[in-house]
Amino acid sequence: MASTATSPIVSPNEQYNYDIVKKFALMAIFWGFAGMTAGTYIASELAWPFLNFDIAQITFGRLRPLHTSGVIFGFGGNALFATSYYIVQRTCQTRLWGTGFANFTFWGWNLAITLAGIGYMMGITGGREYAEPEWYVDLIILVVWVVYFLVYVMTLLRRNQPHIYVANWFFVSFILAVALLHIFNNLAVPVSFFGTKSYSLFSGAQDAMVQWWYGHNAVGFFLTAAFLGMMYYFVPKQAGRPVYSYRLSIIHFWALSFMYMWVGTHHLHWTAIPDWTSSLAAAFSIMLLMPSWGGMINGIMTLSGAWDKLRSDPIMMFLITSLSFYGMSTFEGPMMALKSVNALSHYTDWTVGHVHSGALGWVAMVTFGSFYHMIPRIWNTTIYSVKMIYIHFFLMTIGILLYITALWVSGIGQGLMLRAFDEYGNLAYSFIETVAFMHGPLVARAIAGMFIVTGMLFMIYNVWMTIAHAKRNPVEKLASATAKA
Amino acid sequence: MMKHESIETNAALLIVLTLAAISIGGLVEIVPLFYIEGTVEDVKNADGKDAVRPYTGLEQLGRDIYTREGCYTCHSQMIRPFRDEALRYGHYSLAAESQYDHPFQWGSMRRGPDLARVGGKYSSAWHTKHLIAPRSVVPESIMPNYPWLQDTDLDISDLTAKMKTLKKVGVPYSLTKIEYDANVEQFGEDVAKKLDINMSEKNLMKDAKLGNFDGNPDKLSEMDALVAYLQILGTMIDFSKHDEAEFIKFR
Repeated sequence: MASTATSPIVSPNEQYNYDIVKKFALMAIFWGFAGMTAGTYIASELAWPFLNFDIAQITFGRLRPLHTSGVIFGFGGNALFATSYYIVQRTCQTRLWGTGFANFTFWGWNLAITLAGIGYMMGITGGREYAEPEWYVDLIILVVWVVYFLVYVMTLLRRNQPHIYVANWFFVSFILAVALLHIFNNLAVPVSFFGTKSYSLFSGAQDAMVQWWYGHNAVGFFLTAAFLGMMYYFVPKQAGRPVYSYRLSIIHFWALSFMYMWVGTHHLHWTAIPDWTSSLAAAFSIMLLMPSWGGMINGIMTLSGAWDKLRSDPIMMFLITSLSFYGMSTFEGPMMALKSVNALSHYTDWTVGHVHSGALGWVAMVTFGSFYHMIPRIWNTTIYSVKMIYIHFFLMTIGILLYITALWVSGIGQGLMLRAFDEYGNLAYSFIETVAFMHGPLVARAIAGMFIVTGMLFMIYNVWMTIAHAKRNPVEKLASATAKA
Repeated sequence: MMKHESIETNAALLIVLTLAAISIGGLVEIVPLFYIEGTVEDVKNADGKDAVRPYTGLEQLGRDIYTREGCYTCHSQMIRPFRDEALRYGHYSLAAESQYDHPFQWGSMRRGPDLARVGGKYSSAWHTKHLIAPRSVVPESIMPNYPWLQDTDLDISDLTAKMKTLKKVGVPYSLTKIEYDANVEQFGEDVAKKLDINMSEKNLMKDAKLGNFDGNPDKLSEMDALVAYLQILGTMIDFSKHDEAEFIKFR
């Protein structure tokens, strides 16, 4: 682990580029709130369709990409930029390379998300799930990503440590994989240079294969590998313990990087693609359980010898709960990748619930835990209210559990109804009867979203007050900096 | 044996090896699909012409509206080979049926029913009424109303540009006489005429007038295009004319 021991004259704020970390962290919180609010709103539209208000810009079909892009790329993306820039500096014990370039990634990334979001509401979309931005936004993202890679690698190269810490392996893997996925999935020809519309280079079955190779690895590398990088820094830091097993981290890093790329096709079971691709993806999905759980075990066992922190430290509660959800959803995932299970779960809310147990339970929880650890440190202060972290934690946990339970009911229920036959061999239910059945669970899901957004409000207030406190008390700030050094 | 330490202390090596590890899966699973014959079935009509044709200009503009409104977030276009889906939707979808779909819209979710074979299932008048106010025909529906489709004029200013772009990505629309003749060979003369980019606007006006999809013959609305698209979905192959064994071998 990196230590904070540096020249006593230089404060961490000068030694490291914390300014860029602060900007990204605040934007992550903003997008988290915006994206989760949009999610709760569209969940409510499904429960109470009048909420579409006959306004084209806010219909479910247009707002849904706003929600997914907002939380994945807005919240998740900004959180990853913030924490990766923080971690690479701390673990390499060096200042971030290229301040101007780093700032460019900040403005470029957030400009891209803003342009994409406005576009969706105006009906500008590539129509590819989780890759909806049109060609001009894709180009901005590409440039930002190349610069991100440059900043990251140049910082690695000027490290004052012979070893590259494990968290950075995951970030490197994430940056490379996302570049690969983004480029190939978004190959398209614009209709005109001045227009927004483009048509994808691939069509039909091949297009589906490329899209789900992208789609699942956006989960695998954006929402998993990168957040494991986050986990590998903040869990040991917060626990005050070294990582449980160095050997396990090596094995599961390479296994995860290698295997994820094979599994995307499990989103296309029983569709018009060759069967062998589907079988291969199912087999790799099962195998993927092992490296996934390798990461979970390595994270949770890091706490061994300090289990009492689970009672006394709400940040640790966030981090360990996130790893538990990670373990749970990486078990559920391979199970759903089995063709027989998938026959029932595919096209239903079960999948949506599964995604959220990963996205909220793992991604959001590990981010919140890491932020509550990091934010007081980069502003050189202490958190405004520990109690509010507890409140946020319980609102999140209740919200997530309600959410995934509701969608198990909705998804498995609909799946079973759709395949039910009466005694004469006719379909037992019409499609619309399954929609009527889903109303209850969909209401519960919308309420779950309200819990999660309320939790976000507590975080925003807590962070706001923490920063305000830090700015009001520069003397104390200086004193604590000296104390820490 | 190489120690892992040599990777941990060398950023370039770490990058190269990681890149290798993440590239293999995609290469093995995706690249062959562009080369293996039969990934997309070759389905012929009795007269030896291709059963599945590219969309007409009107249908393609309708498809663009389908994409624009995010219909794929709730509707799939991919019927799986199960008994309940066969009874509910019809024959399972073939890869051939979406071979001209840029982008594919198979979808991943059914908050509403699958639409792969919705063509011809309902009247155009029903579709128009349903799109304007779904609950007026299906009381339990949770679909948003789309009243603006009926009120908005269809924008055909970029029709030619769009067809030319689709031609670039592989859809066999024709610009030259040679390409037109090739289409006559592949699809028959009637279809070839519809795929002629030089005639695209004229064809579109004719299709809209003949189809009268939105019930208002005096206005060319977005509703016309969207309903024209919905009405063609899944109807190009006449499965009663094909032996089931013909398709099994492709799976």
